[in-house]
Amino acid sequence: MTACSRIFRSTTAAAALALALAPGAGRSETGPKALRFIPQADLRSIDPIWTTAYVTRNFGYLVFDTLFSLDKDFKPQPQMVDRWTVSDDKLSYRFTLRDGLKWHDGQPVRAADCVASIERWGKRDTLGQKLMEAVDEIQADDDKTFAIKLKAPFPLILDALGKLSSNVPFMMPERLAKTDAYQQIPEAIGSGPFKFVKDEWVPGNKAVFAKNPDYLPREEAPSFASGGKVAKVDRVEWLYIPDTTTAAAALNAGEADWYEQPPADLVPVFAANKDIVVATVDPLGNHGILRFNQLQPPFNNLKLREAVLNLVNQKDYMGAAAGDPKYWRTCAALFGCGAPFETNTGADVLLSGPNLPTAKRLIQEAGYKDEKIVLLSATDQPIVHGQALVTLDTLRRAGLNVELQANDWGTLITRRTSKEPVERNGWSIFHTWTSAPDFFSPAVNILVRGSGEKAWFGWPTDAKIEALIDAWFKAPDLATQKKLAADIQIEAYANNVPYVPTGQFVVPTAYRKNLDGIIIAPVVFLWNVEKK
Amino acid sequence: MFAYIVRRILATIPVMAVVALFVFSLLHLSPGDPAVIIAGDTATLDDIVRIRAKLGLDQPLYIQFVTWVWGLLHGDLGISIFTNLPVSKLIAQRVEPTITLTVSTLIVAVLVAIPMGVVAAWKAGSWIDRVVMVFAVLGFSVPVFVLAYLLIYVFAISTDLLPVQGFVTIGGGIWPFLSHIIMPTLALGMVFAALIARMTRASMLDVLAQDYIRTAQAKGLANDKVLIGHALKNAAVPIVTIVGIGVAALISGVVVTETVFAIPGLGRLTVDAILRRDYPIIQGIILVFSAAYVLVNLLVDLSYTLLDPRIRY
Repeated sequence: MTACSRIFRSTTAAAALALALAPGAGRSETGPKALRFIPQADLRSIDPIWTTAYVTRNFGYLVFDTLFSLDKDFKPQPQMVDRWTVSDDKLSYRFTLRDGLKWHDGQPVRAADCVASIERWGKRDTLGQKLMEAVDEIQADDDKTFAIKLKAPFPLILDALGKLSSNVPFMMPERLAKTDAYQQIPEAIGSGPFKFVKDEWVPGNKAVFAKNPDYLPREEAPSFASGGKVAKVDRVEWLYIPDTTTAAAALNAGEADWYEQPPADLVPVFAANKDIVVATVDPLGNHGILRFNQLQPPFNNLKLREAVLNLVNQKDYMGAAAGDPKYWRTCAALFGCGAPFETNTGADVLLSGPNLPTAKRLIQEAGYKDEKIVLLSATDQPIVHGQALVTLDTLRRAGLNVELQANDWGTLITRRTSKEPVERNGWSIFHTWTSAPDFFSPAVNILVRGSGEKAWFGWPTDAKIEALIDAWFKAPDLATQKKLAADIQIEAYANNVPYVPTGQFVVPTAYRKNLDGIIIAPVVFLWNVEKK
Repeated sequence: MFAYIVRRILATIPVMAVVALFVFSLLHLSPGDPAVIIAGDTATLDDIVRIRAKLGLDQPLYIQFVTWVWGLLHGDLGISIFTNLPVSKLIAQRVEPTITLTVSTLIVAVLVAIPMGVVAAWKAGSWIDRVVMVFAVLGFSVPVFVLAYLLIYVFAISTDLLPVQGFVTIGGGIWPFLSHIIMPTLALGMVFAALIARMTRASMLDVLAQDYIRTAQAKGLANDKVLIGHALKNAAVPIVTIVGIGVAALISGVVVTETVFAIPGLGRLTVDAILRRDYPIIQGIILVFSAAYVLVNLLVDLSYTLLDPRIRY
């Protein structure tokens, strides 16, 4: 961090403190009841199948609906589906839609719309692609019923259709769902609890949603993405305020009702305002990630990856990335702590670390000859950069030749696609973070995959992990799934080290006290939220 | 004069062509790939390759350039890669806040700075001069964002007189419009007032030392007539030049102010587009900025003829 940026951060933090401590009076508002929400990022795209951006996923949950949705126990529950049947051989599923479902343009939701939507999603999403490998045929029987015929049993079919995070299998009208999966849909017509008001959309500033009067919420209580999606405000206004200090001041002054992800250094100052609640609405949180490039030296050498595993002290990483200890915990479980497949099996090295002597021995055994290690970072992503600075210090202390190359996030994620050596613009390590719905099971955790050059950036190869994941998909029950998930973790830590989790953290949220009904879930949902 | 204006306008064509070529080349040679950003954190290389193909980014650069220029010749600035909205629409959405902020800042800066600079020069070496110079140094030295936070603290948080952030068009009512523009104008106006005040003082000092000023004073002309009618008019050329540069800089350079006050202006549009490598927006907006620079410079040059009859084109 340069002196200049230190001064800037100190000044902004001080300003934020002053602004937030001030006794700002909330402004009264007129007109329809509007929930003014400051989202985590600017809404740039309205197609949640085209991009995996979380902000577009959250947009999707407002505007679109799903056939199934996960509840707080990660069990799929029907949402647009009224009832379904499964054949005895588990190869044929038949789904019937609820009565009265309508698109925002007034047209009825038809089974053919759902068929086209599933097919488009299945071309882009990793779990969707896995499902489509097992699918023989998807066909609409009539306007309300469609069938999925499988080539082989796929026990996770309902979990896939209720996938919680990107890409969520949102249903769209057939005319939109027929759009090439690699091109954006031209308009956002869904059947969800809110309608997107495109005329009021100013990218980089504001996105507006109006309550959908035709929406028929389910009668069950909300639980994660499942249950009744009751819109309790007339409008939702997403106010994108790029400056975090101004965003804090806007919440403090009552110009906004909810600030989704205030940065860690601003959270303590909200405590002084009795009208603001700081809470964690995400029950699981996120994992910090240290990812190796396994195609190029020096981390194509398992011993060196093991050495880094021995060097990682999660407390250092979480302190840098997440701040206050009440918002993080150490966690070595690759499928998350507090999640259904949590286990510490095989994770002893990380749990008992750091162990510098062992790391130094492993570095020696690896035959490390001072090869340059390029550590990528993005200074516009505090959680990423915080982790990178810890890695830089930790690896240098162990005698490794590390060069930090810090850019912006856009450059980092482009650079990480390079499979070249570091001398030709390649890389050795980068950091990122991922939320629980994207790592809580072998079905969604792409970081653990060992499919070589087809795997996620870093491209680990591990046939055993791949075989275990295949077996996991076919597992008949939860107990077998848990056993296989533990085996995957053992193999990953013992024989591959595809990545190192640097801890599990939550990003707190801040909202004004007059809000009620916020749903506890790993994704921010804006239905059921009432403004008193 | 008319022939001069036509010549200057025609001269913008090669300027814009060079800018277009330069911006296009620079953007496509710099690191970053919109397809990677679109695909997101969990995408595979295969996804990225397919998205790149759909966006036409896998085409040779010269084909992409020709396609873009062909669109420009037909009045089409292109479509934003991310929002799927026409670049012209995105720019149109942002013009009003930027123009409003530019004009209001200049009005405030000129109204404050020119009298200050004139008085400082007239009373050179006095305490008034020193106060003006302290103001000028402060204006340069205090970062815009610090001043902006202070204004928010005083006027929005402590006294609840003004809103913290946002922009309301004039159609939304006079007071809502003014209330949203006061603090950004003050924050930004301070810098330009300091700049113009210093320039006015320096230029006035130079003119006030001329023989014709002494003659005017010897003839018993009132001070205000000497200062305004004789000195300021002759000192105006460099002042107008600096105001012109200020206009050009304000149109494109108010990113910090727009960010702090969450004003959806052209500066933020540019920075956001650069961060996500939205090439059509960056290319379109830089062309618009270039045209604005050329136009402002032309207006400044033309204004010289009004201020100094010796200048002829």
